[in-house]
Amino acid sequence: MASWMKIGWALLLGLMVAALIPRLREVMTHSPRGGRDDWAAALLPLAVVVAFVALLLWLV
Amino acid sequence: MNFATTATRPRQSVLATNEVIRHTYTLLSMTLLFSAAMAAVSVWVRMPPMVSLLSTGGALLLIWLVLPRTANSAKGLGVVFAITGLLGFGLGPILTVYLALPNGPQIVATAFGGTGVIFLGLSGYALATRRDFSFLGGFLFTGLLVVLVAALANIFLSIPALSLAISAVVILIMSGFILFDTSRLINGGETNYILATVSLYLSLFNIFIHLLSLLGIMGNDD
Repeated sequence: MASWMKIGWALLLGLMVAALIPRLREVMTHSPRGGRDDWAAALLPLAVVVAFVALLLWLV
Repeated sequence: MNFATTATRPRQSVLATNEVIRHTYTLLSMTLLFSAAMAAVSVWVRMPPMVSLLSTGGALLLIWLVLPRTANSAKGLGVVFAITGLLGFGLGPILTVYLALPNGPQIVATAFGGTGVIFLGLSGYALATRRDFSFLGGFLFTGLLVVLVAALANIFLSIPALSLAISAVVILIMSGFILFDTSRLINGGETNYILATVSLYLSLFNIFIHLLSLLGIMGNDD
């Protein structure tokens, strides 16, 4: 990748980080805390996604 | 499960929520088709790599500066198509690189199908369970921030193992965002279907790009 493109992508990612920080602060103060059941319900489909991606990597 | 909330919500509110969900999925389907068409055009005319950077930059400017001002009007629809069209067009140079690999078409098709299966599975799960996944917000946004900083560093470090790890983590975080955004739609946390469409589209777009990257690295013996 050309140097100017690396700098361009870095600037873009830097802007994304800067834009994300206020949103993160807002979410951290307002989002509810999940219980053990809530986390289990979220982690189960995410574990299935991990297994599915592993299967795709194995198949390709 | 949040049965009590669902049962006591006024009928009008439930109907409005269903309407938002319907509009979101209709608009999402249309933007995905449009985006795919723009990507095909970009591959066909063999756009140079800098187009990816310029298109992504343009799409982000629209998301940050124009979308918040137009999301509540009909103009917002045009902005969504502009965003998704630009992102699709920016995919062209990346797809050209992967399609040139010995098993490139298979890798692209697998990434495309895999993204579809992940999205349909997670959205279906969130819609069927009607759980509130808003508690995931802090975890997902923190993870996204960390992964963005890692990706920023890896532009200059160019460590292949870090690229692999970033792609795997992005797929996981974006999968979490699909649960988060879909549950916000169901539970009335998001009432604007234009904003909901853009959020879900970005999750799908990122899953596709990073699944492509993982499959490209792992599926290429050279």
